[in-house]
Amino acid sequence: MASIALSRPATTAPRAVTRATGESRVVRWTLITVALVFLALTLLLPLTLVFAQALSKGFAAYLDAIKEPDALSAAKLTLLVASIAVPINLVFGVAAAWCITKFQFWGKHVLITLIDLPFAVSPVISGMIFVLLFGAHGWFGTWLLDHDIKIIFAVPGIVLATTFVTAPFVARELIPLMQEQGCEEEEAAIVLGAGGWQTFFRVTLPNIKWGLLYGLILCNARAMGEFGAVSVVSGHIRGETNTLPLHVEILYNEYAFAASFAVASVLTLLALVTLVLKTLVEWRQQRASAERKESVDSSERIAA
Amino acid sequence: MSIEVRNLRKVFGDFVALDDVSLQVPGGELVALLGPSGSGKTTLLRIIAGLEPADAGSIHFHGEDATDQPVRERQVGFVFQHYALFRHMSVFENVAFGLRVRPRRVRPSEKEIHDTVMGLLSLVQLDVLAKRRPSELSGGQRQRVALARALAVKPKVLLLDEPFGALDAKVRKELRRWLRRLHEEVHVTSVFVTHDQEEALEVSDRVVIMNQGRVEQSGTPEEVYERPATPFVYGFLGDVNLFHGRIHEGRVNIGESQLEAPEWADARDQEGVAYVRTYDVELAPARSGASSLEAVVRHVRAFGPIVRLELDLVEAGTTIEAHVPRARFDSLALAKGTRVYVSPTNVRVFALQ
Repeated sequence: MASIALSRPATTAPRAVTRATGESRVVRWTLITVALVFLALTLLLPLTLVFAQALSKGFAAYLDAIKEPDALSAAKLTLLVASIAVPINLVFGVAAAWCITKFQFWGKHVLITLIDLPFAVSPVISGMIFVLLFGAHGWFGTWLLDHDIKIIFAVPGIVLATTFVTAPFVARELIPLMQEQGCEEEEAAIVLGAGGWQTFFRVTLPNIKWGLLYGLILCNARAMGEFGAVSVVSGHIRGETNTLPLHVEILYNEYAFAASFAVASVLTLLALVTLVLKTLVEWRQQRASAERKESVDSSERIAA
Repeated sequence: MSIEVRNLRKVFGDFVALDDVSLQVPGGELVALLGPSGSGKTTLLRIIAGLEPADAGSIHFHGEDATDQPVRERQVGFVFQHYALFRHMSVFENVAFGLRVRPRRVRPSEKEIHDTVMGLLSLVQLDVLAKRRPSELSGGQRQRVALARALAVKPKVLLLDEPFGALDAKVRKELRRWLRRLHEEVHVTSVFVTHDQEEALEVSDRVVIMNQGRVEQSGTPEEVYERPATPFVYGFLGDVNLFHGRIHEGRVNIGESQLEAPEWADARDQEGVAYVRTYDVELAPARSGASSLEAVVRHVRAFGPIVRLELDLVEAGTTIEAHVPRARFDSLALAKGTRVYVSPTNVRVFALQ
């Protein structure tokens, strides 16, 4: 699921291929065939395989695998973690993007780099960081034990790891958008007497809503699908600290292939829903930016 | 509401945007801040609005110190060069914004808001477009919406940053006259920034000419145009020719010719420049006195009532421009290559430092 994360919507439609940049028919069809074969092998085949394997023992077995208590509890935990991590990143992402694009301050570039950190390090290391901090032998381990607070091998650790891994999505999506929009509208609002919150809710938010939604969808997809970091901090306690991706792995390791793929198919469906939503939002966003571009173009035309 | 700016200073990194700028705008006047880009005029406007803090100096509205007053309490109307309309709101909502964000106890009722907004929209002749989005308007219409929006909060002063900068020449001219009329109607103290001298001279009551973060001169359009205080103002307002020479005892010696400069009676062989407007150049077929300079016609643009000539000065080796009435041009029978004698009629001399 992480593979969809880094693709971002093109803000301007590419120019149509002209005679000068076009290729001959043979070259064109060869390239298209290669691309299609590659897609079929790497995307469609595994996707079909997931569903084929999931349904290999019949639909009843498929349903049983999903309704099994451990699977249900894993699904619940996944939803719980996402419902905490996504709002945290919503607030953090918007705040960070707002700071970076609307103000000049010392250490701005450091902040921009830090936001990218979770993308740069391996998820396993992200998980290890939290184990080192909060694990039994970690920095705060003794103190946490004394006060009977469980973070590692418990839900708080999973939430922390997930939040960390998904932190960049919203901010990364908003920063270029808000940079492009500048702060003239905000200045106009403040001159007209609007306060900070009024300016944010009435001017800034409506301008970034599609980009924000796009970032949230990606953030959510990753939060539900995260494996590496969560695997390190979870402890794999069935019915307690297992999320859906971890549950899939456990079932697979136990040679319960059909059940494993059944649960995997749920995650796959989630991915497909995410893709559809993402496409919808991208389409809206492109329309919004086309409108914006058009308005700029027409004013330039007037100026010309 | 008068505006007073005292000893303002603003520095961006190494760049001095404003260097000890003082300025007075009497209540009800329409003042133009005129200058080339980088002269600090927009920075000055933004500091008056409170959008930018000053490094030193103070701003006074109607005698009261407003230097530390937050933007939203200053009650200024600001019109941005690129309009800065709220793109997701209709024209009506854009204009209504300033009223809607007021605290509940001072917020007008829905009906009052509607009446105020529609009143302003008909003032800027856009009432039929109230439901449109900004992206559906032309540049001129957008600028009028921006103006109506600024006026909706009944500002004490109206500040306009290059209000017509992004518009084409024809729309600009229309809007210019329209702004003049609007100002006569609402009579709010207004300051607008422009780099277009024609715009500044035509629209404003007073012009403040800025250069490199300083005020070069301020006065009525007639004053600054007819009596430029510095070489910069001379060069910036209107077309001007430069004659380099030496100033000596009330005269400027340019080769063998001499121009009268009575205000330099005490000068002793000083390097100087004589500034002469393109229309203050007399042409004659023969040498007519000490101030005559020999020239050859280089280029003629003979359309309209004024003929523009480019003349190569024989002695100085420089080229000057002369604007002569068509009748005079015809009687002199000038063409490319014709020899002619040039006498400047109105000369202003500045010494070179």
